[in-house]
Amino acid sequence: MSKIGAMGSTGREHTNREYEQELRRLREQILLMGAKVEESIISSIRALTERDTALAERTIAMDRQINQMEIDIDGLCLQVLARRQPVASDLRFITMALKLVTDLERIGDLGVNICERVVELNQEPPLKPYVDLPVMAEETQRMLHDALDAFVASDAEHAHRVIERDATIDAYYSQIFRELLTYMMEDVRNIYRATRLQSIAKYLERIGDHATNLAEMVVFMVKGQDIRHAGKLSNANSHS
Amino acid sequence: MASRQWRGRVGDAALVISTGAATLLVLVILAILVIDVVRGGSARLSWGFLTKAPTEGMTAGGVFPAIFGTVAMVILMTIAVVPAGVATAIYLHEYADRQAPLTRIIRIAVNNLAGVPSIVFGLFGLGFFIQFLGGGIDKLFFGGNKVLGQPALIWASLTMAVLTLPVVIVATEESLRTVPRELREASLALGATKFQTVLNVVLPQATPGILTGTILAISRGAGEVAPILFTGAAYYLPHLPWHPNNQFMHLGYHVYVLATQSPDVDAAKPILYSTVLVLLAVTFVLNLSAFVVRSRMRHRFAGASA
Amino acid sequence: MSTAAAADNARPKLTVKDLSVFYGQKKALGPVSMEIAEKRVTALIGPSGCGKSTFLRSLNRMNELIPACRMEGSVQLDDQPIYGPGTDAVMVRRRIGMVFQRSNPFPKSIFENVAYGLRIGGMGNGSDLSGRVERALRQAALWEEVKDRLTESALGMSGGQQQRLCIARALAVEPEVLLMDEPASALDPIATAHIEELINELSDGYTVVIVTHNMQQAARVSDYTAFFYMGDLVEVANTQVLFTKPSQSRTEDYITGRFG
Repeated sequence: MSKIGAMGSTGREHTNREYEQELRRLREQILLMGAKVEESIISSIRALTERDTALAERTIAMDRQINQMEIDIDGLCLQVLARRQPVASDLRFITMALKLVTDLERIGDLGVNICERVVELNQEPPLKPYVDLPVMAEETQRMLHDALDAFVASDAEHAHRVIERDATIDAYYSQIFRELLTYMMEDVRNIYRATRLQSIAKYLERIGDHATNLAEMVVFMVKGQDIRHAGKLSNANSHS
Repeated sequence: MASRQWRGRVGDAALVISTGAATLLVLVILAILVIDVVRGGSARLSWGFLTKAPTEGMTAGGVFPAIFGTVAMVILMTIAVVPAGVATAIYLHEYADRQAPLTRIIRIAVNNLAGVPSIVFGLFGLGFFIQFLGGGIDKLFFGGNKVLGQPALIWASLTMAVLTLPVVIVATEESLRTVPRELREASLALGATKFQTVLNVVLPQATPGILTGTILAISRGAGEVAPILFTGAAYYLPHLPWHPNNQFMHLGYHVYVLATQSPDVDAAKPILYSTVLVLLAVTFVLNLSAFVVRSRMRHRFAGASA
Repeated sequence: MSTAAAADNARPKLTVKDLSVFYGQKKALGPVSMEIAEKRVTALIGPSGCGKSTFLRSLNRMNELIPACRMEGSVQLDDQPIYGPGTDAVMVRRRIGMVFQRSNPFPKSIFENVAYGLRIGGMGNGSDLSGRVERALRQAALWEEVKDRLTESALGMSGGQQQRLCIARALAVEPEVLLMDEPASALDPIATAHIEELINELSDGYTVVIVTHNMQQAARVSDYTAFFYMGDLVEVANTQVLFTKPSQSRTEDYITGRFG
């Protein structure tokens, strides 16, 4: 069931071909947007490690495309909602698609933020060899990639595993943050660069959170179970 | 290709012409009949003709006793046939199991009854009503005196009732059929019994059809002569048939008698024509009223099945 | 997004156990077991010929009108069986009313239509009768439109009004359950909307079971939905759950339009 176009939990196609096409196109667009966002993360970190300001600027410019895709995909979802009155798995898919692209677009913005910090950093000599940040970045990008894979394959187990890895990202962030803190305490002239690097780490941590959101959405889409905000819900049993 | 079109058009024209000609033929025959009767009969037609008894060996006077007798017979016939016919039709349509052999037998019997020649009804009336029933009643209640075991108004009416029974049954069933099933279902779904449904929903809506059937039966009864030949009609009676065991005079029978057994055929001819005119008029009025009733009530119930 | 299906305390009004319906030798439905909740709206959906109308008509013994129709299993209204020796179809139908797909008002006046059920139940003319008629017409949201023309023929009303009249007629005998067999399928969208709103209001006082081939209508109107397919009951659930997360793949396929 991992081919694009196998919609719904039963693998059958809609009787209405046009409807089937619309859903297929929606999926393709989401994946395309996801790919662009992944690329943006990779490029932004490469711009840091290779001190390539031109790459950073190109990456910032590419964000326009990501923003445009959010608008296009939202429009497509609206169209399907209006025309097809989707129910069950289709309904879950459409409503999740709307939220998914929001998260993707935010990741794209975070990539832009990283690039802006990179541009600032590249104007200064490097503070230290960048070791942990690239690792954290790669892990984050892989989380996003796996979340999108789980989306394509409608694989809730895969999505669950992505959710578990968020703890790792958070751990990386704490570690990097403390390390940079020591640099700042050593020498006031490090503060400018250290804070910029802390920001980049923060952005990556937030990207990890967004990727976790995506994974939670995939679980809802596939299983109809809403697992968001685990452990952080009020216990009010107030139902009508 | 063009010849096929041409042939089609010729076929169309031929059809129009032939059907139009047939219609015209029917109208012409009807016209000839009516005009002949009116011409011959209107001379003697008068109020006196309609209210006086015949005199001078049927060559003068009127046909009032025949009118009276016909009307009396028809009324008794209607009283007998309508309840029996309507009830039978209701049973067949509403209650009987369609597949049951008994139902099929009844239907076959009704259909065949409609095809029996009317003279046979007359013999049936003679044998069953007069001799068997009448004779039996005479033996039981009148000590063998001939009271009911002879031709009488009552027996003629019952014989005609049997003759017209299929008409009433069929007309009633047809009109029951036109009551849509949805109305019956609506009534039953409200907790009505089948009887209540028939009484309150089906019959009121079927009434126009039943009325039509009744009127058609009446008009046939007024005109048929063969069944009453030996069950109650008489050539000349000095009194009107006030008791059901009296004989009676009848318009149709009167025509037969005037045409074949009158001592002076030529002198009786004008009376004959006038009698025929009266008979035709009666029949015509009855049929017309059936038509009017049906169209009026259909208009009232228009849209019932929408 | 979690289903806010309240812990619904509705008790069952109708209990169906192993119900099967046969037309001659052919089995049209079953065996089906389900409960119909009291004072809720239950929708029956499914493709043509799936048995939902047959099921509905079993609930008020209207299937008996079809010759060669045979039934097995049981249907209970408030723990009393409605079939079997000692039961009376007429009494059942007074407690379980029905509205049909195409409106079928009697060719009588509006008043007489609504009063029909009461009259055959023995009620005579009087303030009781006119009171009940008015109440029924109010419940059907028809009173204001017809109060000045109660003696006019019911056949002069529009299709939507006629259908509401049929609903009023059914309500006049104050049944406990109201069965509706595709009540709005012959009506235009506005008339349909009126009927749907009416159903919403009715569910406060009546148990409603509605057959519909329009899934969106089932989703709008009902608290519970039962999906029938080829004579089987595939799934019955809280409507919200059934339309967001059905548990059976056949249900999923049908409601999303994936029937091949």
